Amino acid sequence: MKVTVARSLEEALADPEAIFLAGGTDLMVGVNFGRERPEHVVSIRGLSELGDTSVGERVRIGGGVDYTRVLDALGEHSPALVQAARTIGSPQIRNAGTIGGNLGTCSPAGDTLPVLAALDAEVILRSPAGERRVPFSEFMLGPRKSARRPGELVEAVEWLDAGPSQAFLKAGTRNAMVIAVANLALVVDRARKAVRVALGSVGPTIIRALEAEDLARGLFEESGWERPLRPSQAAAARFGELAAGAARPIDDQRGSAIYRRHVVAVMARRALARTGEVA
Amino acid sequence: MSSLRLHVNGEEVEAEAWEGESLLYFLREGLGRFGSKNACEQGECGSCSVLLDGRLVCACLVLAAAAAGSEIVTIEGLAGDPITAAVQRAMVEAGGVQCGFCTPGFVVSLADLLRRNRNPDEYELREALSGNLCRCTGYLRIFEAARRAAAELRA
Ligand SMILES: Cc1cc2nc3c(=O)[nH]c(=O)nc-3n(C[C@H](O)[C@H](O)[C@H](O)COP(=O)(O)OP(=O)(O)OC[C@H]3O[C@@H](n4cnc5c(N)ncnc54)[C@H](O)[C@@H]3O)c2cc1C
Ligand code: FES
Ligand code: FES
Repeated sequence: MKVTVARSLEEALADPEAIFLAGGTDLMVGVNFGRERPEHVVSIRGLSELGDTSVGERVRIGGGVDYTRVLDALGEHSPALVQAARTIGSPQIRNAGTIGGNLGTCSPAGDTLPVLAALDAEVILRSPAGERRVPFSEFMLGPRKSARRPGELVEAVEWLDAGPSQAFLKAGTRNAMVIAVANLALVVDRARKAVRVALGSVGPTIIRALEAEDLARGLFEESGWERPLRPSQAAAARFGELAAGAARPIDDQRGSAIYRRHVVAVMARRALARTGEVA
Repeated sequence: MSSLRLHVNGEEVEAEAWEGESLLYFLREGLGRFGSKNACEQGECGSCSVLLDGRLVCACLVLAAAAAGSEIVTIEGLAGDPITAAVQRAMVEAGGVQCGFCTPGFVVSLADLLRRNRNPDEYELREALSGNLCRCTGYLRIFEAARRAAAELRA
């Protein structure tokens, strides 16, 4: 195993076969347990080119930004991502783990992924050939599979500010240090009259619950996009059912498929209630 | 194996290391500094907590070779730090130590919290210690120690 500590983007991209190391919170577990033995590791930790945090009409977070810094940079902005970052691991993990690493690993349980889907974010990839922008909806292809080519860096993620009506929910056995049994992000972009619901850990990729989105759009249309939404119990229940219907969960050691479907419905109802209140 | 030079607790140190070695392994087996404990090697228990360029991380998840050029502070390096001393005293007085295996990790995490926040509320305390596991105390006495240390530092 060869290790290079890159001091610039150029150095980081010099070897297309190299494996990137950012916070190490995924990669080092594999190395410690002998599951991964990359030939060439290129450390990209602290590269300033991956450290953007610009918040405005367009939000951009660099691939190398760790979760603690994501929280500091966003403050009250893009609350679904703030809530997701807040649930990741522990302070130790949040000080090391990065958004680029979450996208690099591309686990169906990755907590930022449903949020990036619901924000309709773009993943900005960088190789010696230049920059490539891939919408998140085309980025994740399967468990640990993505459109990222070998040697391509996640330089940043970008999205249009969708306003404050957003929620992220995660089910697990503890508030901290938990791989999601299921997670869900709901973004209600009131200005653009758009609703996006994305589910994680209940299928091979992040799943958009399109029928639930249609239903919610109708509800907001009816009650007025600029006003708080207080859906009837029946409408909220239907929203939950449609979200659960979109899930494609499996039984595994973290939870059964039946439980996962149930918890998606509960999280969807709560997310709708929370985002509805924020206008 | 090759020779690796790192900055640990304010000094330049050097030892033989395998390129894929974690910082935790390097500290313990390469340098013989056994204060940082090894229990899980997967970021779950926090007993290997250290400061890397001033930030609390798990040494088991840091690639030692990639820490070249960084400033590493371990529990040993915190000896003499007044915040750490307050935490250590409080841990003893509150009975926050039983077998002691988790203690260095808790002390490093608590000192990190109290450096940033002298008046943590209950939730901040729990969040700050959520990455540290203890199999003996049931945590209540560790939380009590945290409150005592915070109170002492505010006084
Ligand atoms: C104890 C513990 C708790 C955890 N809890 C959670 C949790 O609650 N939620 C969650 O989602 N995850 C969790 N994780 C997983 C992990 O912390 C995240 O996936 C994190 O975002 C990984 O980022 P990293 O910088 O540490 O990645 P690394 O481990 O450095 O890299 C991971 C992968 O991504 C690639 N990579 C890294 N950066 C880039 C980049 N900029 N461009 C291209 N490829 C890149 C690497 O080559 C590697 O394949 C946890 C891990 C641990 C050990
Ligand atoms: S040994 Fe590093 S967290 Fe457990
Ligand atoms: S005192 Fe024994 S593990 Fe905490």
